[in-house]
Amino acid sequence: MTTVWSGSALAEAIEAFAPGSVESSAGSDVWVKPESISVVCEGLKTRPEFRFDLLSSLTAVDYIDHFEVVYHLTSLPMNASAVVKSRVGFGRIDPSIASVVPVWRGADYQEREVWDLMGIRFAGHPNHKRIMLWEGFPGHPLRKDYVTYDQSIASGASEATTLSDGGD
Amino acid sequence: MAIRTQPVTVNLGPQHPSTHGVFRMRVMFDGEEIVDVEPIFGYLHRGSEKLAEERTYTQIVTLTDRMDYVSSMLNNQAYILAVEKLAGIEPVPRGVWLRMIASELQRVASHLVATGFLLQDLGALGTPLIYAMRERENILDMFEMLCGARITNSYLRPGGVFMDAPDEFWPALDRGLDDIIQTIDELEEYLSGNELVFSRTKGTAVITPEQLINASITGPMLRASGVDWDLRHRAPYDYYDRITFERKLHTASDNYARYWVRVQEVRESVKIIRQCVEQIEPGPVRPSFDDVPRLIRPPAGDAYVAIEGSKGELGFYLVSDGGIAPYRMHVRASSLINLTLLRDMLIGGQFGDLFVTFGSVDLNMGEVDR
Repeated sequence: MTTVWSGSALAEAIEAFAPGSVESSAGSDVWVKPESISVVCEGLKTRPEFRFDLLSSLTAVDYIDHFEVVYHLTSLPMNASAVVKSRVGFGRIDPSIASVVPVWRGADYQEREVWDLMGIRFAGHPNHKRIMLWEGFPGHPLRKDYVTYDQSIASGASEATTLSDGGD
Repeated sequence: MAIRTQPVTVNLGPQHPSTHGVFRMRVMFDGEEIVDVEPIFGYLHRGSEKLAEERTYTQIVTLTDRMDYVSSMLNNQAYILAVEKLAGIEPVPRGVWLRMIASELQRVASHLVATGFLLQDLGALGTPLIYAMRERENILDMFEMLCGARITNSYLRPGGVFMDAPDEFWPALDRGLDDIIQTIDELEEYLSGNELVFSRTKGTAVITPEQLINASITGPMLRASGVDWDLRHRAPYDYYDRITFERKLHTASDNYARYWVRVQEVRESVKIIRQCVEQIEPGPVRPSFDDVPRLIRPPAGDAYVAIEGSKGELGFYLVSDGGIAPYRMHVRASSLINLTLLRDMLIGGQFGDLFVTFGSVDLNMGEVDR
């Protein structure tokens, strides 16, 4: 059975090799400062007490006032799993975090997907391009303030009604 | 004396029968040799993750069917397990057994499709594919008995499944499992030791286990490189801890190894289904609506659950804000991530190996693009 690292234990272990990089921890989650994500991920992959050699999933969530990048890590030799999170882009201004592609190749397409759909930049990504949508697509659809096609049609319809009601 | 050639860029797909859907590649050839590959995705992108934010937890089951449409039951299972973890729902035993049977049948169907199309891509036009599809057809008939649908099943519900299996399902399942083993025996007799299959698949697109793990590639591809990693065994979900099965490993990590591992996993899945049928007991197939209402409001928080899908680790990440729809849903799509090393596997190979490698990776564009 997989061992799940608790947030507090993982925070303590991260602080031991990268002091001052942890923001907080709760449940099974650890929040890491975005500027130290590369150091923390490198340590989590290579240090003998973790050996998280497989990046299970990399995704992001839009919490209106900030974005959260979520890393789910798995260790094959230790059969363990852990969750690392990082808050970026407070005030929705230019969310950006260092790419972990140099640590795990598996982040390649996943980071491109997050950039494409959520609009978070990954500094140092070797091929920082959209993946699902075409270049030039307006906006990032998974953001909460993105106006979908249906919504834009609805607002357009109400505008047309107002104009005809004006009766000029 | 070598003939001097100029590199030529060729566009393959998105509408090409060998690309298993709408996959596009820009390939640069120097003569027959592949110099560069650039995969281009997105032709089947439907924004499923965004659509999920406007639907209730039960409605989203139908969206998961349409992701990897040759393994709908496995998608349902991964999603439902994530909902159960998020909302703290305790599943009922008969429902769990039924969904294990359904998902293992689906794994057999998916592996048969992968094997059949791989051999089709190898040039064995028709025959092996039709044999594999015939068995898949039986499985789809069984799904029709279970839930009335063949491809887009939507069979699972939080806490179990929505309908009990009818009486005629059990004899059909028993016969079907025998037929699957017979077909696999036939396929293996003709193909697993076939000189033509050997010469096309052995030693092509070899990739080391370290590269695979670093690129987050799991499932049959990883087991074909000799790494014993199967989430059903290492992190058992549902009742997989009450089941014994072997993890079939191959060490060559070439196209043949990936084919071989899938064929052997079909046999293991049949064993798993037989054990499920032995252990299943009568009872309700889903919790009552008093326990699990139709409209679920999980407490605020997040949950990530991964299962062993037919193509690798299939994970669902759900975030709830306490409402009736998820605040955010993310799918860890194994098909997309398994393509990370496609470039490394193809470069330096021959044009003829391109579609063989592509078939042995086994991807589904519905899941790649979502």
